[in-house]
Amino acid sequence: MTVPRIHRETWVNWTLLGLLLVAPVIANALGEVYYVNLATRIAIVAMAAVGLNLAIGYGGMISFGHAAFFGLGGYVAGISAFHAFDMTPVLSWPVTMTGTDNLLVIWPAAMLACAVLALAIGSISLRTSGVYFIMITLAFAQMIYYFAVSWPTYGGEDGLPIYLRNQFPGLDSNDPLSFFLICFVALVLALAITARLMQSRFGAALSMARINETRLATAGIAPYPIRLVAFVISAVITGLAGALFADLNGFVGPSMLSWHRSGEIMVIVILGGVGRLYGPLSGAILFVLMETLLGGLTEYWLLFLGLVLLFVVLFARGGVMGLLAGRARHE
Amino acid sequence: MTLPLLFEQLLNGLQLGTMLFLMASGLTLVFGVMGLINLAHGSFYMVGAFVTAWTAGTTGSFWVGLGAGILAAAAVGAVVELLVIRRLYHRQHLDQVLATFALILIFSEGTRWLFGSSPLWLNVPEALSGAVALPGGSRYPVFRLVIIAVGVLVAVALFLLISRTRLGMRIRAGESDREMIGALGIDIAKLYTLVFALGAALAGLAGSMIGALQSVQVGMGEPVLILAFVVIVIGGIGSIKGALIGSILVGLVDTLGRVFLPSLFKLFMAPADASGVGAALASMLIYVLMAIILAFKPKGLFAAND
Repeated sequence: MTVPRIHRETWVNWTLLGLLLVAPVIANALGEVYYVNLATRIAIVAMAAVGLNLAIGYGGMISFGHAAFFGLGGYVAGISAFHAFDMTPVLSWPVTMTGTDNLLVIWPAAMLACAVLALAIGSISLRTSGVYFIMITLAFAQMIYYFAVSWPTYGGEDGLPIYLRNQFPGLDSNDPLSFFLICFVALVLALAITARLMQSRFGAALSMARINETRLATAGIAPYPIRLVAFVISAVITGLAGALFADLNGFVGPSMLSWHRSGEIMVIVILGGVGRLYGPLSGAILFVLMETLLGGLTEYWLLFLGLVLLFVVLFARGGVMGLLAGRARHE
Repeated sequence: MTLPLLFEQLLNGLQLGTMLFLMASGLTLVFGVMGLINLAHGSFYMVGAFVTAWTAGTTGSFWVGLGAGILAAAAVGAVVELLVIRRLYHRQHLDQVLATFALILIFSEGTRWLFGSSPLWLNVPEALSGAVALPGGSRYPVFRLVIIAVGVLVAVALFLLISRTRLGMRIRAGESDREMIGALGIDIAKLYTLVFALGAALAGLAGSMIGALQSVQVGMGEPVLILAFVVIVIGGIGSIKGALIGSILVGLVDTLGRVFLPSLFKLFMAPADASGVGAALASMLIYVLMAIILAFKPKGLFAAND
């Protein structure tokens, strides 16, 4: 047996992850809290994109509605904090449920809510394919968006502030570095779960559902349930990222649900490199840095984002990972 | 709930429907002929509205503005097709979505850069600013009736264009077999540019007319674009007939839902709660309609080709 050669992509992956971990630790030591929060933002946005990458990159399901899950996760965190702050119950019927600021309760609740929503949206949308799927996921996300805008209880159009960041037992989540580490661990877990999933039989079936549906069916595996499960897992990962995002900003509002957000997460996946495990991370680093640097220079930075995106789609397929690590090894 | 109110809201729904048809027909034509999903279609709507508002403000004539708006939208459409869109015909849908999403960012920020963030205003032309009496006693703005009439005219004209003219024959041929009509000596690239510019012109027309009813601002095309998507998904992507029926359906359901759902809930809920719940559910109604239709017909009501 030979020692497996470490591939260039693996080096790139570890370097990106290492940079993301080391940079905020140094920034924190220097007292630059702003950059710690910037790194937290990268980790969260990357995690949302890891979720979407599972659907688009591995499953071939071009969801244009992942903001629905991102926003729902955020709203679960926001609503729970709102009721904990107010000392009012979330639900009084049929069972009494009180609000909480414990992240270990909020996260499973956010993930469960996203799983249920994804099951509903996915089971209808996955009956279709191609352009229909893109438009239907977009339309369902808009439905949730308009619901949030016109539902007055939780702020409607104005959104909901989170006055006190939700608490993680044993850690001070208000400390920027601690909160970064929480988000970083969550991102690493999401990456690890995706990697493990894609190495399993389930992952093989999901890839085959994308590449050749008929062949998968011939092998005795129905593509629909495979896709549906992958869609739900993808939504759960993005939803958890949304819950973290709400806590980072201390605010949740309809903008987290808007279709621009769906587009943004998709842009990150593509900028990074579709279907590459660490593509979302490299895309998120590029996106957040562009947003910060260009956004500081001009208020029309989205114009430049548009031009970069157009260039990447038309001429530089493969994104950042394609550039740094060469072509994908499989397929 | 009186009869005149119902009649007025039916007309409002019809007006929204005909506007949606102007958007949806272009989208569905471009998808049917070129197989392209174009998110930037809402940008042509916005271009039409801005150019109309600006020209009308400068020259003082709505009609000059309307002409300029339609021409500008068509010209922008043609340029975008030549520079970007034609590189996308053979690409996956994902690439098309992203490239046209990039175009939205470029158009929206570019317009904000040119015209600023504050909205422009466009007045209804004087000749059409009156109101007519409806049966039942209420009055209805003439301009909204004109919008309905324009929508109907465009629907008839499109039908004639596609079924009776040589250009329409080529468009239909392009839908069913693009290699073949290329082999028969039709300049397919020119045909595609033409179809794309036609779709853009229709979107520009819609934007110009709606601009006189609402404020003209950056991002105004996006809600309409998403409604148009719902329309063509319901109607069947690629089908003009589906776009027409889908538009009217969505226009009526959305308008009537917003008016009557809150009052329906007031029958058995406290008024304050009822208006909240009613409004929230009314805004979801067309998506529920879409979900129901797709549950029975995954390809929409009149699936053309796929």
